[in-house]
Amino acid sequence: MRVVIAEDLALLRDGLIRILEAYDFEVAAAVDNGPSLLPSLLEHRPDVAVVDVRLPPTFTDEGLQGAIAARQKIPGMPVLVLSQHVEPLYARELLTDRAGGVGYLLKDRVANVAQFVDAVRRVAAGGTAMDPEVVSQLLARHQPPLAALTAREREVLALIAEGRSNAAIATKLFVGEKAVSKHISSIFTKLGLPPSDDDHRRVLAVLAYLDV
Amino acid sequence: MDSRDWIRDGMRAVGGGVVALPLALANLFLLVLFAVSLALTPVLGLGLLLVPLVTRLIRFRADLSRRIAAGWRVPIARPYRPRPERAVLGGIRHYRWIVTDPATWRDVAWLLPGGLAGLALGVLTLALPLYGVEGILLIPLWISLGVEGYGYGVIWPIETVGEGFLSLPQGAVILAIGVALAPYLRRGDALINRLFLAPTRAAELRLRVSQLTVTRADTVDAQAAELRRIERDLHDGAQARLVSLGMTIGLAEAILDADPAAARELLAEARDSSSAALVELRHLVRGIHPPVLAERGLEGAVRALAMALPMPATVTAAVPGRLDTPVESAAYFAVAEALANATRHSGATGLTVDLWHTGDTLLLRVGDDGKGGADPAGGTGLRGIERRLAAFDGTMSLSSPPGGPTVVTMELPCALSSPRTSPSSGTG
Repeated sequence: MRVVIAEDLALLRDGLIRILEAYDFEVAAAVDNGPSLLPSLLEHRPDVAVVDVRLPPTFTDEGLQGAIAARQKIPGMPVLVLSQHVEPLYARELLTDRAGGVGYLLKDRVANVAQFVDAVRRVAAGGTAMDPEVVSQLLARHQPPLAALTAREREVLALIAEGRSNAAIATKLFVGEKAVSKHISSIFTKLGLPPSDDDHRRVLAVLAYLDV
Repeated sequence: MDSRDWIRDGMRAVGGGVVALPLALANLFLLVLFAVSLALTPVLGLGLLLVPLVTRLIRFRADLSRRIAAGWRVPIARPYRPRPERAVLGGIRHYRWIVTDPATWRDVAWLLPGGLAGLALGVLTLALPLYGVEGILLIPLWISLGVEGYGYGVIWPIETVGEGFLSLPQGAVILAIGVALAPYLRRGDALINRLFLAPTRAAELRLRVSQLTVTRADTVDAQAAELRRIERDLHDGAQARLVSLGMTIGLAEAILDADPAAARELLAEARDSSSAALVELRHLVRGIHPPVLAERGLEGAVRALAMALPMPATVTAAVPGRLDTPVESAAYFAVAEALANATRHSGATGLTVDLWHTGDTLLLRVGDDGKGGADPAGGTGLRGIERRLAAFDGTMSLSSPPGGPTVVTMELPCALSSPRTSPSSGTG
């Protein structure tokens, strides 16, 4: 699987390359600034991009803007965005094109290498990987579209947003997988999501969660 | 201005003309009083008490004129020096404070010309409207009573009853002109008063210096307290965790060969410890300068803030550019504090945030539909906002009647830099 990395700190860039190569990714390019990100993504067309939000020269949100721009040029190109802090606002901006294949994680999560690599693969496959921190920030808010859900259904939806599989959700909540799929179909019905393939519906449910 | 405003302004001006006459007479009376009290200074030191007392009256009278002038859009600042410490009424220190303040003498110099101008303009303000009223009410009365040798307006003398009734339209026109002119006469009076009562350039600078001294001291205190807090948080938090992290890894290294299972456990512990340190650092950074503020500027940061509130908040923003970093930060924390106050105390179900920039002023308004009754003296939150803004010559005003709604309005003088290039997003 081919990957493009954008990270300005050499220490972290090398760490990411080392981790991904150890898990059989092919690092097509690793850039250290904002302006060269978009050309690099368009040239290499990787299976997934791992992008830091804040890059030189302005040190604002150039990485995020580059990732969004790339997804406008190549719809649905999988992007995993990393940052020292997470903002639900950015998550919403990443997800607005409704194409899936989006991840948004704290850099801390890289420390748990197996989980991080799992998230990269999930995003590459068109799924989502939202940081639990984004999800917990959203839980504090008032969200009219989710008022119809039960407390348990909300828990399940939060885990879907993080990108967990049914089996993982079942383990986490100490219930059977059957119960989980029952909750999920109830969530889909309550949110009025049209029947389509399961992965796409999961993305739409996350969008409803983020109030996009 | 529609016709109702026009009439209301005119009537207010005519009323002002009525008030101007006794006020002008008061000026003359105060001038005599001041002269007498000054003359009495050598006599038993009576002046030590009388001069400050009379000055107090004069300042009260001058403040009245300042307030009236402000009503005609002629703001006049108070020029007086602050009262020195340990200055008691009747004492020499108090006396010296009064007589060495140039503003005292400028007030005294104002009493006569100000009084005469007030008298003249007051009479002028009233003359036309009164003459108009006479034409409408009294002339027909005189004519019907058969009074002779009388005239009005362009008809002089009035000889027939028919001519007499011509005073009605004339009176109406004169009254309208009088009412229309009155506001200009009041404004003229205010401008004359400003010549004398406004601070001189030197006094203005002195006031500015004392105000800056206060806000600078506040700012320095706040900064020092903030640095102490950061130091303590780092020392007890992230720094301590990194020390323990190093120890855990060292221990794992030492027992790696002897007990690989225990070493693996220690390494997992070290990883948890590193993420806990990162969580603490993240919270600390958010309190110093939120990353989203650096990345997106005020509007984006406030939208991000609004997304995390427990109740819906509508953000309307018209700030087409970036502000200077210190101002941006002050504005952000002021809005954050106002929002925190609203969510904590108001019991509101909805919030609104408006940000806009006009001329050289940034305006911030945070409103809620809660129960109102907020008191800036009650909590440290609103006072903190005031202090934060004062460092940039900003101000805060609060409207919070019992039953709500509460609106906090903040103003910051500042310029915008280059227009932003990043895209805007929807409401939070």
